[in-house]
Amino acid sequence: MSVRSVFNLQPARPAWGIRPPAHKTQSMRDPIASAPLPAQVSIPVEQSLGIRAEPLVEPSQRVRTGELIAAADSAAGWPGARIHASVSGHVRCIEERPVAGDDTATSLCIVIDSDGLDERHPDCRPADPWSLSPAQIIERIRAGGIVGLGGALFDTAAKLECKANVAGLILNGAECEPYITCDEMLMRERADAVVEGALIMARALGDPDTVIAVESDMPEARVALHDAIDARGTTAVSVAVVTAKYPAGGERQLIELIAGREVPEYGLPSDIGMVCQNVATAAAVAGLFASGEPLISRIVTVAGDNIAEPRNVDARIGTSLSELVSVAGGYVGEAHRLIMGGPMMGIALPDDSMPVTKATNCIIALHEPAHEPSRVEMPCIRCAECSEVCPARLLPQELLIASRTSDTEALEELGVDACIECGCCDYVCPSYIPLTVRFIEAKRTLREQRQTRHDAEHARDRFEAREARLKDAAEALTRELDEQVESLDEQTSIDEIMARVGGGEENDR
Amino acid sequence: MLAAGSAPHLLSQDPVPVMMRRVIYSLMPALCAFVWFFGVGIILNITVAAVFAILAEYVCLKLRRRPVRMFIDDYSAVVTALLIAFCLPPLTPWWITAIGAVFAIAFAKHLYGGIGYNIFNPAMAGYLLILISFPEDLARWPSPRIGDLDYESLSLLGTLRYTLTGSLPEGVVFDALTRATPLDTVKVELGMMRTMGEIRANPLFGDFGGRGWEWIANFIALGGFWLLYRGVIRWHIPVAMLGGLLGMAFIFYVIDSATHPSPGFHLFSGASVLCAFYIATDPVSAATTNLGRLIYGAGIGVLTYLLRTWGSYPDGVAFAVLLMNMAVPIIDRYTRPRVYGRAKRLDA
Repeated sequence: MSVRSVFNLQPARPAWGIRPPAHKTQSMRDPIASAPLPAQVSIPVEQSLGIRAEPLVEPSQRVRTGELIAAADSAAGWPGARIHASVSGHVRCIEERPVAGDDTATSLCIVIDSDGLDERHPDCRPADPWSLSPAQIIERIRAGGIVGLGGALFDTAAKLECKANVAGLILNGAECEPYITCDEMLMRERADAVVEGALIMARALGDPDTVIAVESDMPEARVALHDAIDARGTTAVSVAVVTAKYPAGGERQLIELIAGREVPEYGLPSDIGMVCQNVATAAAVAGLFASGEPLISRIVTVAGDNIAEPRNVDARIGTSLSELVSVAGGYVGEAHRLIMGGPMMGIALPDDSMPVTKATNCIIALHEPAHEPSRVEMPCIRCAECSEVCPARLLPQELLIASRTSDTEALEELGVDACIECGCCDYVCPSYIPLTVRFIEAKRTLREQRQTRHDAEHARDRFEAREARLKDAAEALTRELDEQVESLDEQTSIDEIMARVGGGEENDR
Repeated sequence: MLAAGSAPHLLSQDPVPVMMRRVIYSLMPALCAFVWFFGVGIILNITVAAVFAILAEYVCLKLRRRPVRMFIDDYSAVVTALLIAFCLPPLTPWWITAIGAVFAIAFAKHLYGGIGYNIFNPAMAGYLLILISFPEDLARWPSPRIGDLDYESLSLLGTLRYTLTGSLPEGVVFDALTRATPLDTVKVELGMMRTMGEIRANPLFGDFGGRGWEWIANFIALGGFWLLYRGVIRWHIPVAMLGGLLGMAFIFYVIDSATHPSPGFHLFSGASVLCAFYIATDPVSAATTNLGRLIYGAGIGVLTYLLRTWGSYPDGVAFAVLLMNMAVPIIDRYTRPRVYGRAKRLDA
C-alpha cells in the first residue's frame, strides 16, 4: 500500500485551532543538557494509564539502574506499564508523596538513594529488533516500561498490540503547545533514533504506512529527519508537515490533518486502522533495543520568563523538578506560576519538589500576567468564538448552558464526550468563562452516570436471571408432582393414598 | 505562594469591554459624516440616549442586585444608545430618545436577564417602540447639507432648544427644514405611479441612494471593515444580509426596473449598511453557527426588502432584525455542525 493511499497528503484545512505566542525559541538556543545524576530519585508507581503498578522492592534493598522495581499484574486485564530504577543505590523508603495533579494528589513513590555508580542491571542487554518477531518486539517494549511520552502515558505495548488491521502509523512530532520543545529538540539532535524507533514500531504493527508528522514551523527538525531517513536508506517512513497551530498535535486532530479521516466519537484510532505514537516514544523504543536501557529518563523542557537559561534537559525519572531548574540556570525573579506540561493543558504546581515522571514534558515558570486580576468571568455573549476554534466542532456556548442546567441528555447530544480538553474555548472567550473545567466535570458526571446505569442494568439482569432460574425450577417441580399425581390416579385409589397419608402422620408421631 | 488554577493558563481574547469600545471607535468616522450632512443633532441624541441607557442599566442592576460597576463598564449600554441614535432623525425631542433607550435597556435587555440573555436586539426593540409610538417625529429628517440642494438648517442653539423642548424657533417651520428621505420619496412616488427614472431626477438622489446618505453609508462600511479586520465581527452576517437584500433587489430590478429601485439604491439607503455591520451582528441576539449566521443574515436581508417594498414603513431593517431574532433558536438548533467523529446525523 503506498503512502498516498492512506495519508492524504493534501488534506482539508479545518478552521479549528488557535495560534498562541509560541515562546519556543528561548529553550532551543542551547543543545539538550544532561542533568547530573541525582542524589535521590522519587519514582511514582502510577505512571501509566491502566491498573496501578505494585512495588517489587523492599526498603533498604539495593537496586541497579534499569532494574524492575514495580509492575502491574497484567493478568488483571488492562495492562499498566512497568517501572524501573533510574539510578543504582538503595531503596530508602516507599511512601505516599505529592505528585502533580489537583491540590491533594499523591502517589506511592519508591525513593532511591543513589550510590553515584549508576551500575547497570545485567538484564539491560541490547537486542536486534530485526531478528525478532512482532510479538517479541512488543514483549520487549512492554518489559522496557515504555509509555506514550507525549503526556498521555498510554501503554505503548498495548497500543502496538491492537488486533485491528493497521494501515497507518503516525509518529507525532507536532508539538503544538507553547513553550514545549522537547520533541522538536529530540528530532533535531536524535533524528536517527526517532526514525529507528519508527521502523521498529512499524515492524511490530506489520509494516503499515509510516509518517513522522512535524509542524510547519520546525524546518530544522524536518531536515534532520530527512537526513536520518536518507542515511538509513529506507523508504518505509516519510515526513509529513502539518500547519503549526494548536492543537494540531492532538491525536485525533493529527489523524484528521494527515489522513483526512476522523476517529469515531467513542472509538479509538485503531478503529480506522491508525496508530499514533509520540516521536519521543519512538526514540525510547530505539534506545531500548540499542542499549537495552528501559525507560528511565526523558527530555524535559524547562522554560518561562522566570528561568535564567531556558533549555531542554535529559533527566532521570524521579529527579526533582528543582534540580532541573538548576540545570537551566535557576530562577530569575519571583515565579508566580509553575506549570507542569504546556500552558494550555498543564497542571499548576504548588512547588518544585515534585519528581519528573514519564509524563513530564515541560515545566514553565511564569510571572503573573499584569492584567490577570481584571479577568473576571462575565456572562456569555454568544459570540461563538469558542465554536470557531473547537477542534471537535462542539458548541461550547451551548454546552455551557447544558452543563449549568445539568441537562445530561443535551450534553450527550451536543457531544461533550468528544471534548479533548484542549482549552481553546477558554483561550478565545472574551467573557473569560472557564469552559474546559466545566466540560471535564460534565464528562466525569456522564461517565459516572453511565457506570451507575450499567451497574443497575447488570444487577437487574442478574436478578431477572435468578427469577427465571427459580421459575424454571418451580415449573419442573410442579411438572414432576403432576406426573406423580397422574401416576397415582392410574395405579392407586384414594383410599390407598389416604392410608398412606395417615400412615405418614402416624409415623410422624 | 504559587498560583493554582485550572488549565488553560493562557488567555488571549480581548475582553467584552474592549470589543464594545472598538465598536464605538469604529463608528466615529460615520458620526463625523453624519454631523457634516445633518448637523449636530445626532450628538445631542447620542448624549440623551447614552445618559438614559446608563441610568436604566444602573437602576436595573441595582434592582437585580448585580455588580453595577462591572456591567456599566462593559460599554454595552453605550453601544445600544449609539445605535439607537444613529437611527433617529437629528431633530428628535429628548423624551422620545429617552423612551427608546430606557425601553431597550430595561425591557429588551434586563427583563430577559441582562447582557448575554436578551432574545431581541435591544437597540432595535427600543427604536421600534418609538417608531411605532411617534411615527411623525421619526419621519422628520432634515435636508442633507449638500452644495446645490436648497436647504435650511437650525443653528446649534436652535437644535438644542428643539431637542429639549420640542418646539422650533420662531418663524421656522418644519417644511423648510425637512425633506422626505430617499426611501420615503421612492415609496410615496411609486405609489403615485411614477417611474424610477422620474423619481431619480429629484436632486435628492445621488449615484445610488440619497446624496449625503450614501457618504454616511460609506463611512459606516469603513468602520465595519475595520471591525472585520480586528476580528470583532465575522463576515457571515454582513455578507449574507447584504446578499439577501441585494439579491431580492436584483431580481425585482431585472423584472421591472421602472417600478423597482436598483440594488445600489437599496444598499445605500436607510439603515442597510448599519444593519449589516452593526445591528445584525450583535452576537447575543444573532445565530451562532456559521451556517446559521448565513441563514440569519440572509433572512434579515430578504425581509428588509419585502418590508421596504410592501410594508407601510419606509425602512424595514428593525422589523426584519426582530423577526429573525425570533428565529434564532430554531436556526441554531438545525445548523449544528457535526461533532468530530460522529456519524452523519441520524435525525435532525
